[in-house]
Amino acid sequence: MSTDGAIAPPAEARTLAPFGRRRARVAAVEEQGAYRVLWACDPQGPPDPRPGQFYMLAAAASWGGGEGERPYLPRAFSHCRVVSEASGPRLGFMLDAVGPGTERLTDLRPGEDLWLVGPLGLGFRAPARGRALLVGGGIGAAPILALADELGPTATVLLGFRSVAHAGVSSLFIAEPRLATDDGSAGRHALVTDLLHDELDHDPAATVFACGPPPMLEAVRALCATRGVEAQLALESGMACGYGACFGCVVPTRSGFVRLCLDGPVLDAAELETLLFAGAGH
Amino acid sequence: MRTDNLPPSAGPIDLCGVELAGPILNASGTFDAIAARRAFGDAVLERFPFHAFVSKTVTLEPRAGNPPPRLWEAPAGLLNSIGLPNRGLEGFLRHDLPRLAELPAPLVVSVMGFDGNELERLVGTVGARPEVALIELNFSCPNVETGLEMGAEPAEAARAVAGVRALTDTPLLVKLSPSASDPPAVAAAAADAGADGIVLINTLRATALDPRTRRPWLGGGGGGLSGPAVRAVALGQVAGVAARVALPLIGMGGVASGAHAADLLAAGARAVAVGTESFRDPSAGYRIGDELAESLRRRSPPRPGASSE
Repeated sequence: MSTDGAIAPPAEARTLAPFGRRRARVAAVEEQGAYRVLWACDPQGPPDPRPGQFYMLAAAASWGGGEGERPYLPRAFSHCRVVSEASGPRLGFMLDAVGPGTERLTDLRPGEDLWLVGPLGLGFRAPARGRALLVGGGIGAAPILALADELGPTATVLLGFRSVAHAGVSSLFIAEPRLATDDGSAGRHALVTDLLHDELDHDPAATVFACGPPPMLEAVRALCATRGVEAQLALESGMACGYGACFGCVVPTRSGFVRLCLDGPVLDAAELETLLFAGAGH
Repeated sequence: MRTDNLPPSAGPIDLCGVELAGPILNASGTFDAIAARRAFGDAVLERFPFHAFVSKTVTLEPRAGNPPPRLWEAPAGLLNSIGLPNRGLEGFLRHDLPRLAELPAPLVVSVMGFDGNELERLVGTVGARPEVALIELNFSCPNVETGLEMGAEPAEAARAVAGVRALTDTPLLVKLSPSASDPPAVAAAAADAGADGIVLINTLRATALDPRTRRPWLGGGGGGLSGPAVRAVALGQVAGVAARVALPLIGMGGVASGAHAADLLAAGARAVAVGTESFRDPSAGYRIGDELAESLRRRSPPRPGASSE
């Protein structure tokens, strides 16, 4: 069994968070096709969260009393971009309104406040060797954008979406990503893992960094395992606290359950037997 | 001892012979101080949220905990089915205890035994450690010998306390199960058997169904409900137990503000624990302690001889 730090990597990709929740003012909410990007000013937060780390977000007002008297708990989001400003970092969060928490967050307007804790968890680690192949599916493009910003044009970005409407966020990437959509309305009519397959044919020494829904991550994991390719996967799991207190977000790994908020959300693919466990992605 | 790194308080309190700088504790299993230092660094120690720290429950053998999913958001609350993951007694003593002893507040260790023998080994071993100020007996568990929950019936609770009372001089707190049909009777039985304090309430038994399949959502089947949803239940049970036993009580259940803590103190609690609110704000205990101290200062009459400016 494992409860604490069993698979912590040698050098932790972790920027420490200030202790306690803090207010962050919403600066803008941008429509990006089917998704929105919420921009928040975080003058009390660190300027250098690692790509793949995440923040716990809640609206400072009217958090609760929605459908089913929810939301109650904050929601976890990886930042998709950090913009340095004189007053401190401005953080971008990619949102898809899928429940009472994300619905309230997408309703926020400039001038309203967020409660924010973070950055939390372990982010992506810089590739030890080879080219970086970044793979994002749907809203999982968020930490892939942050990593692409850090790695620059040497990294190759592959993105998969349901349709052209969801693919709008691909315009945020500085170097143009390769696209696949489920319905063929943008880029190739294929799965993003088909694009990955082709890239690995050309460059079997690449390192893969991926975030997306569990079936996509499982396909990435299986493909990389077959090819002997190193991969770092950013997972999602229902969280209450985000800092290791509740033990609620555990995922099964080869070394037992690990708290995704503390020893993830980025895990080495080699540590995982499958991404399709009960509750995955919720 | 330094107290400027603890929540503000209206003054020290006595909890079963242990002096605490104030009345705010954490509920067991809702704040992992070791994990918090990994996420936030030593800032946790400079602004520690509790006047005493309660460990996650320790069992004799290591436990991996329940399969996921373990959480479900409820109306104004949270269902959890965590399953007491922990390193077991040996792992706790070797790995956790030295780190918990570095905290700036007295340490309460929560233990659970699945039979009388396990409970004896846990209390005997933990009670011999000088780092441990108090022991909390988590009675929300089935006794595998009798099939009854240790905290469900007065006789079960009395037998469990009596079995370990002579093993240590460390004060013993009994954490009641809110599922007992008569919590005040269980508290009275525990008091008669030698308990030094009573802790209540634990989570309420509850179930969540997957909206797509109408089958239980939580990997462990059922779960425990906490948060504001249980606050009124906690206030009622604390008042009921306070009316029946004279022991110090630690009240908890949905505490999210100084006013909620003041309510539990008014109902008869000596100290108050913050649980699920720490999930929403890691330093909630500090804020709640501050708000409580402020409200107590406002309410208390000026002391004789105090300057009245």
